[in-house]
Amino acid sequence: MRFAVAAGLTAGMALAGCGGGKAGEPMASGSAVTGTITVFAAASLTESFTTIGRRFEVAHPGTTVTFNFAGSSALATQINEGAPADVFAAASPKNMQAVTDAGTPATFVKNQLVIVVAKGNPKGVAGLAGLTRPDLKVALCAEAVPCGAAARTAIEASGVKVTPVTLEQDVKAALSKVKLGEVDAALVYRTDAKASAADVDAVEFPESAKAINDYPIVVLKTAKNPAGARAFVDYVLSSEAATVLTGAGFQAP
Amino acid sequence: MADSPVTLLDARLVVRRGEFRLDIGLRIEPGETVALLGPNGAGKTTALRALAGLAPLQDGHLVLDGRDISELPPEERPIGVVFQDYLLFPHLSARDNVAFGPRRHGMDRRSAHAVADRWLERVGLAEHGRRKPRNLSGGQAQRVALARALAVDPVLLLLDEPLAALDARTRLETRGELRRHLAAHPGATLLVTHDPLDALVLADRLVIVEEGRVVQEGDAATITARPRTDYVARLVGLNLYRGRGDGHSVAIADGLALTSTDTVEGDAFVAFPPSAVALHPHRPEGSPRNTWAAVLADVQRHGDNLRVRLDGPISVAADITPAAAAQLHLEPGRELWVAVKAAETRAYRA
Amino acid sequence: MKSARVPVPLLVPAVLGLVFLILPLVGLLARTPWATLFDRLGDPGVVTALRLSLLTSTLATVLCLVLGVPLAWLLARVTFPGRRLVRALITVPLVLPPVVGGIALLLALGRRGLVGQWLDATFGITLPFTTAAVVIAESFVALPFLVIAVEGALRGADSRYEEAAATLGSKRWTTFTHVTLPLVAPGIAAGAVLCWARALGEFGATITFAGNYPGVTQTMPLAVYQTMESGDLEGAVVLSLILLVVSVAILAGLRDRWLTAP
Repeated sequence: MRFAVAAGLTAGMALAGCGGGKAGEPMASGSAVTGTITVFAAASLTESFTTIGRRFEVAHPGTTVTFNFAGSSALATQINEGAPADVFAAASPKNMQAVTDAGTPATFVKNQLVIVVAKGNPKGVAGLAGLTRPDLKVALCAEAVPCGAAARTAIEASGVKVTPVTLEQDVKAALSKVKLGEVDAALVYRTDAKASAADVDAVEFPESAKAINDYPIVVLKTAKNPAGARAFVDYVLSSEAATVLTGAGFQAP
Repeated sequence: MADSPVTLLDARLVVRRGEFRLDIGLRIEPGETVALLGPNGAGKTTALRALAGLAPLQDGHLVLDGRDISELPPEERPIGVVFQDYLLFPHLSARDNVAFGPRRHGMDRRSAHAVADRWLERVGLAEHGRRKPRNLSGGQAQRVALARALAVDPVLLLLDEPLAALDARTRLETRGELRRHLAAHPGATLLVTHDPLDALVLADRLVIVEEGRVVQEGDAATITARPRTDYVARLVGLNLYRGRGDGHSVAIADGLALTSTDTVEGDAFVAFPPSAVALHPHRPEGSPRNTWAAVLADVQRHGDNLRVRLDGPISVAADITPAAAAQLHLEPGRELWVAVKAAETRAYRA
Repeated sequence: MKSARVPVPLLVPAVLGLVFLILPLVGLLARTPWATLFDRLGDPGVVTALRLSLLTSTLATVLCLVLGVPLAWLLARVTFPGRRLVRALITVPLVLPPVVGGIALLLALGRRGLVGQWLDATFGITLPFTTAAVVIAESFVALPFLVIAVEGALRGADSRYEEAAATLGSKRWTTFTHVTLPLVAPGIAAGAVLCWARALGEFGATITFAGNYPGVTQTMPLAVYQTMESGDLEGAVVLSLILLVVSVAILAGLRDRWLTAP
């Protein structure tokens, strides 16, 4: 079924003259998809999607996957303003709903918050309650982005009052403030903490279970390369991709 | 005058600027006004800047009122300067411009303003103290600049082409007035100018500078009567030649000697005014002395007369009346005979 | 002006250039939700961000004047070895992306930065995430504008006025305050306006060095960005419009007084 759809759409694409693969390559070569696939993905997916994209390109010669990693809300706004995206992978369903031209999204992973602190946890941060200490500088994500929304949910669930010094535009910005030593702690995804394990330590906290993010992915209705987009989404949902994602610290949906 | 016991300014100024080298000696006595006269680029302004401390001395000395001031920065020298285009501070009123110096010398605002008002009154601008420089006429600005320079009671007053920025009429009026103020100034005054009239009217003594050197020095009468360089001769409107004197005759070119009523031996100058020159279409009869054949080079209007330039064994300027010119058919290349009256020819030692 | 014939090769790009500059502003106005505009203007978040923006850009301008005018004087009036290098260094923040400037500021003045480390250890002062950090970030990007404008004014001013002041007994500092400054006042004013405008629009260095927190470090440009990020395009348009109106109004007000082109 997948091949049939892809082939039909690829033919249409070739007519439109925007095939990016090797010209004249017979479609029977095993790869039914070609061209550039533009993927807008949440900042927390940076490392795992970069790996997945590379593997996808190997599995589908003639394709190029380009990524735009940013805060999910920024990506949603960009898509609504007509940014040329084929696939959107958000860090929360809320941001996915904000996109008017999304198809039917599929959840491919879940993610959970941890507290990241400087290597060796010099300030001895133990849990969410520890973040209320006045001598501690804390960075959170802005509430518009999923990690910020999740942080808020978790903090409210814990009943403590955390006053951050800054509301960062995406999870990576919050993480980098810890890496730079400008803040003592930040709430980021477990995956981000794992990706930067060389620089930071992660402190798990129980309330994070109340704020688990579902990551939805979708082929956008406005996709310029719907065949390629479909193929990429299918790949993300495949077991090969799942290995990469769980390796990065994501949980299976 | 040169033997006067008091010398207020005693300086030898040596300044090098690239290829140019200024090296002049200057002495000025109390109450004396000296004009530093010379063509553009002679180093006059450089000398003034060196005196004011705005250009460093490479060599020489600078003693003012018995004190070596050569190492002092400008603000510590007891010197006042009137700059060529006055440089009145545009954001200050005339009164505040004049009060600027006294204020910097530690006077309080009220006293400085009193000093300024007194000076403005002396230069006839008591009513204009509130005006900004842009609302002053050229002559008024010149007077404010003078008042500003004098308000600090300078031992040495320096004026750089003080009348050059004025139109002819204003210059005439201002020149007379400036002369009055300079005469009243008890210190030394050095006037830098390229205008001989300014120098003659305003100065007691002239120092003539060419190419960084003093070429002639003396009072106005001596210099106008006996110029020693072409520049000075042109300034005072004389024909000047150098030659060898032998009694009443001075040999100045191949086979040409000029006769004078003066007597001079050896290296000598001979000078005569253009009005002492007569032109003839043919060799004049009778007096064979001081005549030679020449070729007309150029004719220009000069007052009511015509000034004729002639080439020949020597280059000479002659002033003739339009009536005389009409008879001579003056056109370039025409050959004429030149005759100079011996009685109007001055000969003196070089 | 006389209606001389303007050559087409000049006219066409000129008009295109004008359209290019004006079109985005038209777009902004076209999308403005006029109906809800006044409700949004009174929004405490908007007022807070606007007040912070005006405060920090004014403080940054003051800081730039205090540091920049002497620096410009040094460049214009004193010959010293390496002057060309110094001038080149001063223009670096002009071409540097502001985000890079923000990172550089973090590495210098951040809690672990070269100087910041010492500030923290000695005085317990940490700059990032404070309003002071916003002022510093804005000053960093705006200072070159002021220095270049004032240096130009100083070079254009006749230094012989300073010599005249010296001959009247004025020491260099007094000459600077009583003669030089008044002479170049229009140039300084123009530089300060440029500097203020640049500080008001500062985004990259601010969000990187000072972070983003309402009331403390979230200036108008950051508020615009965050509102846009959160999907509230309408809100972002309103904030942009306010920033546009405020800056144009102030620049126009100053222009009549100070910036009249010769």
